[in-house]
Amino acid sequence: MSVHINTGTEAAQTVPTTVRASRWPDPRVLAGVGLPIVIALLWELAVRVGLSDGRLMPPPSKIYAAMAALAVSGELQVHIAATLARVGAGFAFGAIAGTLTGAIAGGSETIRRVIDPSLQALRAVPSIAWVPLFILWLGIFETSKIALIAIGVFFPVYLGVASAIIGIDRKLLEVGRIFRLSRFQTARRILLPAVLPVWLTALRAGLGLGFMFVVAAEIMGASEGLGYLLVDGQQMGRPDQIVGAIIAFALLGKLADTLLVLLTRPLLVWQDTARAQL
Amino acid sequence: MSVLEIKHLGKTYSDGTRALSDVSLDVGAGEILGIVGGSGCGKTTLLRLVAGLDLPSEGFISVGGERISGPHPAVGIVFQEPRLLPWLTVADNVGFGLHHLPVAERINRIANALERVGLASYGKRWPRELSGGQQQRVAIARAFVARPKVLLLDEPFSALDAFTRASLHEHLLLLWEQDKPTIVMVTHDVEESVTLSDRVVVMKPHPGRVFETISVTLERPRDHLTAPFEKVKRRIHATLDRSMRPENTPQAPRKSDSGALWW
Repeated sequence: MSVHINTGTEAAQTVPTTVRASRWPDPRVLAGVGLPIVIALLWELAVRVGLSDGRLMPPPSKIYAAMAALAVSGELQVHIAATLARVGAGFAFGAIAGTLTGAIAGGSETIRRVIDPSLQALRAVPSIAWVPLFILWLGIFETSKIALIAIGVFFPVYLGVASAIIGIDRKLLEVGRIFRLSRFQTARRILLPAVLPVWLTALRAGLGLGFMFVVAAEIMGASEGLGYLLVDGQQMGRPDQIVGAIIAFALLGKLADTLLVLLTRPLLVWQDTARAQL
Repeated sequence: MSVLEIKHLGKTYSDGTRALSDVSLDVGAGEILGIVGGSGCGKTTLLRLVAGLDLPSEGFISVGGERISGPHPAVGIVFQEPRLLPWLTVADNVGFGLHHLPVAERINRIANALERVGLASYGKRWPRELSGGQQQRVAIARAFVARPKVLLLDEPFSALDAFTRASLHEHLLLLWEQDKPTIVMVTHDVEESVTLSDRVVVMKPHPGRVFETISVTLERPRDHLTAPFEKVKRRIHATLDRSMRPENTPQAPRKSDSGALWW
């Protein structure tokens, strides 16, 4: 999104800010999309004319062929479904736990002072460090993987919700007091909508971490999933499969993020300028 | 018959700051009371106490015979900033305090108030699409639709330019004429206080207390360029000057006295 300068005059402020979008795309945007395509094409060309044998870094055509073969046999779909199921379950658990804990910590200073230091310390633990413990506790199957992903999602959501509640504009809360809203009404009519944008941003950050943690979980031991494809590709000496799985991760992650943004957009129409800059 | 009664009101903050001391005021039904004074004279503290946002240390406030111990349905306030909720449309912001009313009544009141502040066609807009003056008009409409008996205004026009301010004065009087609530308006603009008020209270700082009350008996609408208007304005300015002079300055020796004690 291009940066727009607010002139601060009355006229500029009253113009609906949604109008700007209907223009030609910025040539720099096109160049940004074009760059990886150009690099891929150049690499393909280099392998074709014999400048490289493409053994360790396979050309796009080979990657495509490997993934197409997996797709035809139905294996790719199984792997993608397994990964998405894990991220989905882990994200759900982590987001719910993070939201509740964040709301409690944001709402009560006493509770925050008690639990926040411990949570901050746990946050500093690298994800992989949990794996042996979780396998010991929860076994090597789905539970330990989902728990790991949920941990990854939990922290950004917890932090986002807690800080949003702490940072809420006290002047707006006073408007609620003036109209004698009950505690519940204040939460529903002021707190919730005020916290919503930060909460959604935190969910997006959590989802991104969920995809990071699913790889860690699947590399540690799985018989299916995109992470398994990575390890399998390494053991079988198939760089085309590894790069294919990486690209699949990129696409899935971006897709999930876009889906989350689209699903939550109706909640944030009131601030779509800010939204467009994310 | 006074609607708002303030008796021996005092406020000392927990850090020991004495913001108000022995303030007593009676404000009648439909009266517009202006409050002016130098900084630190407790103007905003006074309004927050009447609004029930803070509790007094001494004395009491009653509205229509009822003691104020918290936000009261008969008391509305417009803050220095519009304080609109950015996730509600202009119409929903105006109707924020009307949730207990049936929908038809709510829509009616909102439309009427928006009409009176000249924003009839802005109901579906978002607050951020409005200019500062328009936002403050929405805030004023939000306070009026709840039909308070007492409406408090805390320097509501101070952030706006002179033209916008003048037009907001008109909108305010237009809304006031409907139900004639009692209005208490804090301002640092003497001209504004003369334009709107029936009485102007000049306050004195450290601690804040009532210094003098000046009646403004001019006919509305008030023309700023007439001699009587100028006269009242000058009188308030002079009173303000006196209120801000440190006590005991006429008899200067006090300083040398304390100096003697030092040595």
